[in-house]
Amino acid sequence: MSIAATQKRSFGAFLWDYLTTVDHKKIAHLYLFGGGFFFLLGGLEAVVIRIQLIKPENDFISAGFYNEMITMHGTTMIFLAAMPIIIGLMNAAMPLQIGARDVAFPFLNALSFWLFLFGGLLLNISWFTGAPDAGWTSYASLALDSPGHGIDFYIAGLQIAGAGTLMGGINFLATIVNMRAPGMTYMRMPLFTWATFITSVLILFAFPALTINLFLLMFDRMFGTAFFDVALGGNTIIYQHLFWIFGHPEVYILILPLFGLFSDVFSTFSKKRLFGYTAMVFATMLIAFLGFMVWAHHMFTVGLGPVANSIFAVGTMAIAVPTGIKIFNWLATMWGGSVRINTAMLWSLGFIPSFTIGGMTGVMLGSAVADYQYHDTYFVVAHFHYVIVGGTVFGIFAGLHYWWPLMFGRILHEGMGKLTFWTFFIGFHLTFFIQHFLGLMGMPRRYWVFLEDQGLDLGNFISTIGAFFMSFGVIVFLINIIYTAVKGEKASADPWDGRTLEWATASSPPPYYNFKQLPLTRGLDPLWIEKREGNGKMTPAEPLGDIHMPNGSFTPFLMSLGFFIAGFGFIYQTDNSLWHIALFGGMAFALGCMIYRSIKDDHGYYIPKAELEREAD
Amino acid sequence: MTDNTNTNTVNAYNKRKNKEEMKKQIISFALMIGLTLIAFVVVATGSMSKMFAIPVLFILALVQVAFQFYYFMHMKDKDHEMPSVLIYGGVWAAFLTLCGLVLISWW
Repeated sequence: MSIAATQKRSFGAFLWDYLTTVDHKKIAHLYLFGGGFFFLLGGLEAVVIRIQLIKPENDFISAGFYNEMITMHGTTMIFLAAMPIIIGLMNAAMPLQIGARDVAFPFLNALSFWLFLFGGLLLNISWFTGAPDAGWTSYASLALDSPGHGIDFYIAGLQIAGAGTLMGGINFLATIVNMRAPGMTYMRMPLFTWATFITSVLILFAFPALTINLFLLMFDRMFGTAFFDVALGGNTIIYQHLFWIFGHPEVYILILPLFGLFSDVFSTFSKKRLFGYTAMVFATMLIAFLGFMVWAHHMFTVGLGPVANSIFAVGTMAIAVPTGIKIFNWLATMWGGSVRINTAMLWSLGFIPSFTIGGMTGVMLGSAVADYQYHDTYFVVAHFHYVIVGGTVFGIFAGLHYWWPLMFGRILHEGMGKLTFWTFFIGFHLTFFIQHFLGLMGMPRRYWVFLEDQGLDLGNFISTIGAFFMSFGVIVFLINIIYTAVKGEKASADPWDGRTLEWATASSPPPYYNFKQLPLTRGLDPLWIEKREGNGKMTPAEPLGDIHMPNGSFTPFLMSLGFFIAGFGFIYQTDNSLWHIALFGGMAFALGCMIYRSIKDDHGYYIPKAELEREAD
Repeated sequence: MTDNTNTNTVNAYNKRKNKEEMKKQIISFALMIGLTLIAFVVVATGSMSKMFAIPVLFILALVQVAFQFYYFMHMKDKDHEMPSVLIYGGVWAAFLTLCGLVLISWW
């Protein structure tokens, strides 16, 4: 218990520790709290939107402010809340699941986080000067004509945060390819690790499209080019294509990790090995593969022509097949298992019907002909909230309850957890189920107000009440976190009778070097195999020896700060050339940090064998 | 895992292997310079019609990419399956993007 052994430290030391950490477990904490903060912000924006729509012709907020609200709600939730929290969960669990001591590039991992945080802060600072207002997709036809600097904040913020995500993806790929413990073959990896791997591939291939797109938009807005400006001979549709070539894989980046997580949760709490493990792995791959060739289903009404629309419609519907395989495999995993229903399991059980509804409306939207009717109505809003909230957010909650002991050494309060689940679950369906019908009745999305007596009043009212239920659930969850931190039940190393390697460490949370000796994996669900054979713990794959550890570093923070300052320079240099100082100064500072990092030799340090022996239980 | 990637021990076998490797590197490097020169000559002298020059340039480019991947980036060596899968995956994603833009937007 190395953490309990350290004396009480000052707050300054604690802060410095987190500012300089390269430990994947602490970076996971940072991601969770960073992402959590933006989740609350995005949630607040959602509540404001719903209050505006509680009654016909409401004037709670102005039309322009409403546009900023919907834009920032979407952007924040996807880029700054869902993805970072998912990456936080990956950081917390994936290296442990493959029996590694850290990710492949710990320094890069810290850099990923700080880039995300500074990018997110930059984007949200726009609230003080005028936020972006062209929707989360920021289509060029709207974005190019948006006055003020809102869109520029969107571009700079996402560019910085996106660079962090891309690095994170590469880091996870290198980790899973190179750092699996002895015996941990690919086909013995837990499904969450598999999902992390495949998601990282998606990040690697999808994010460059976003980067390029944002650059082109930036050139058009700031430097007078005309890539997307139709009046000057550009083509605004190219923006849409590039955005969705990124954007469609992005929605799989949001859901696949949680598919992996649900697989782990179902198999742990059903005390059964995952049904159809191989099929699950290949279904995940197939979803990722198909995910790259269906982007134009977001553009059916653009006028691509019947041939292109048909091809993309068929491709879209094909994705339902591997997804269906997964749904049935989860059901079959629980079938005949010794199912234990706690909060993590409740979220997972709630996910199956919710996500299936979202998938079903997805197939409906995938039909190009019918899409002309649904396009840009609340039907679409209902659909993607069913998959993103019903899939991603439910998954995040399941993951937080499942891995809270692993991350913080305490078990979240079950009663409050269940209260959160039921209020959020009921609120979620109240909010979004009715929106299907609002959409079918013709209510367009992104409209500031709707008129009275068109049959939309009651539906919108119910929808807003649902949003209050969800807010209540989230507040209970926050109280739960504080309660657990103060007097929560201390967790043992293996509180759920787990099956995979993250529960095979010496304590919860694991010691900073994770495994004193790397574990030997003898099959799928390695810890379960050892338990069944009466060993109870993993067999070490190596003799006790010195452990090589990376040194902490403050450079990632400074490097990201440099880009953050340069971001302001880019945004405002069109107003006043003095801002070039910030632009070049920030860039020079960031580059200087990179040069410093490249020249300085940092070989890390060793934990001597003697110390490890002393710590032995 | 990290400490068995050490190749400090230089024996006769490794030495010969490294020498051969270096030879291959230099040959492919010379070939690539040659291919680049040919490409420049084709364009600079205008000795070929456009119809013929463009496919030639594409073929030369493809050969260069193959050299780059297989010799300089060691994809020909064993234990490079994963990099190959990822590189070809990326090529595929880029190809789809290009197809999408060319066929749908510009055609």
